[in-house]
Amino acid sequence: MSAFKAVLLRDLRVSFRRWSELAHPLIFFVIVVTLFPLALSPTSSQLREVGVGVLWVATLLSSLLALDGLFRADADDGSLEQILLSPAPMTITVLAKVTAHALVTLLPLICLVPLSAYTFNIPLAALPTLAAALLLAAPTLSVLVALGAALTVSLRRGGSIVGLLVLPLTAPLLIFGTRATDLSVNGEPTAAPLLLLGALAALAVSLGPLAIAAAVKVGIE
Amino acid sequence: MKLPRWFHQLGSPPYVYRLADRLCPWLGGLGLVLLAVGAYWGLVIAPPDYQQGEVYRIIYIHPQTAYIGMMSYVVMAVAAAIGYVWRMKLAHAVAVSAAPIGAWFTFCALFTGAVWGRPTWGTYWQWGDPRIMFEALLLFLFLGYLSLRGAFDDRDKADRVTAILAVVGVVNVPIVHFSVEWWNSIHQGPTILRAGGPAMTNDMLVPFLIMVAAFTLTFSWLLLRRLQGEIVEREGDAKWIRELVGEGTA
Amino acid sequence: MSEFFLMNGHGAYVWSAYGLTLAVLILNAWLARTKHQSALQRARELARQAEVPRKQPTVRRLT
Repeated sequence: MSAFKAVLLRDLRVSFRRWSELAHPLIFFVIVVTLFPLALSPTSSQLREVGVGVLWVATLLSSLLALDGLFRADADDGSLEQILLSPAPMTITVLAKVTAHALVTLLPLICLVPLSAYTFNIPLAALPTLAAALLLAAPTLSVLVALGAALTVSLRRGGSIVGLLVLPLTAPLLIFGTRATDLSVNGEPTAAPLLLLGALAALAVSLGPLAIAAAVKVGIE
Repeated sequence: MKLPRWFHQLGSPPYVYRLADRLCPWLGGLGLVLLAVGAYWGLVIAPPDYQQGEVYRIIYIHPQTAYIGMMSYVVMAVAAAIGYVWRMKLAHAVAVSAAPIGAWFTFCALFTGAVWGRPTWGTYWQWGDPRIMFEALLLFLFLGYLSLRGAFDDRDKADRVTAILAVVGVVNVPIVHFSVEWWNSIHQGPTILRAGGPAMTNDMLVPFLIMVAAFTLTFSWLLLRRLQGEIVEREGDAKWIRELVGEGTA
Repeated sequence: MSEFFLMNGHGAYVWSAYGLTLAVLILNAWLARTKHQSALQRARELARQAEVPRKQPTVRRLT
């Protein structure tokens, strides 16, 4: 447990040292969310129809931006090897790093959503469900992004390939998340997709770190 | 634990290479014959469906290509896992060989499914349909595996890293299969693998099963031939390879 | 015979499905074969290189 806290705090501290980089995913999100209405020139009801989907896609894409900080920066300066050599189990360390990423990248993104929901005329009543769906999807998303980062940690130009690996795997999150939000906009019960998102989160958090740790070990040996 | 002899033999590249040489003519020949027989039976002899008319005949290739795609992924994932855990290069070679075949068959499944869907469901594609979406995800998993492989210079590292991706993705295979039971899908439920036995009459079931066997044999032939190429590439200038190509001195 | 090709109006669907599947099978067979043949060819070249005896440089006397 103390190893988890140590790595988590360390990663948070490192992230805040380069706090300008923290803003990148958020700015990217705002730009993507602005580009869609510009490109589509929709009526206000069309905006509402595409808004939910656009918000989710923008969140997924923006979460890919903070990848390098997960493993590559540490791999480059040798600190990742030190972490590997430490007595703490790698899965705990990985879980701590994934949590740090979720807190630093995803949480601010999720906070941006109410503003963007307003831009898309999404009714206020749907916002709690939207927020809940995003929060439930966040652990799975962080695990998947970390997995992509770990698989490509030893590649020099791994950035371009990570999207192609990670984004298809996030499709179920997209499907269930948008379904939950759409149901809420129509006033229907949203338990089913939210529960599915929760189940995915549980699965991802329990099994994901194993795969991520294995990938990191293979990558930097 | 004393392992059986064939287990050790399967770890030997020259043994597997020669075994493939012996098996391939039979697999390929029988596969080709069954493909011809099954296709003829399905297109000509089998009666038209009372609901779908003639277009139902896609049933003799669509489920088969889908099943081969899914089986390829499982073969790839299991082989990659064996290669990862026991550090067997031959197992990794099997995984690499299965990937492109699985990708192509999954593409076929999506195409034949779309073409079948247009006259029967009214649409080529349905976004958000679980069966279609997860099958598409399977294709992306194959493509991701192949892309990730290609990005590495070091073959051993490529083997081990892509093995992790393969194993993580294998959870999608049962999801594709059970998607029609777990969710509402425009795709029909299982016709063959269901409680109570197949829901098809014999005059359709027989060519259906012939095509299943035909595609399985053809897949095996394709896999073994690719595996042979992969083995030769990996073994480089080993002595048995030199003897094989006739340049080495005994 | 023409009924066979028209498939009661659904000919385009049935034949494009069967046609693509057949094309993919042939393509995969060809790709597997090409991979195998070029691997054997490369192995042949590698073996040939190993066989070529290293030529000793000729030492010439100056006087």
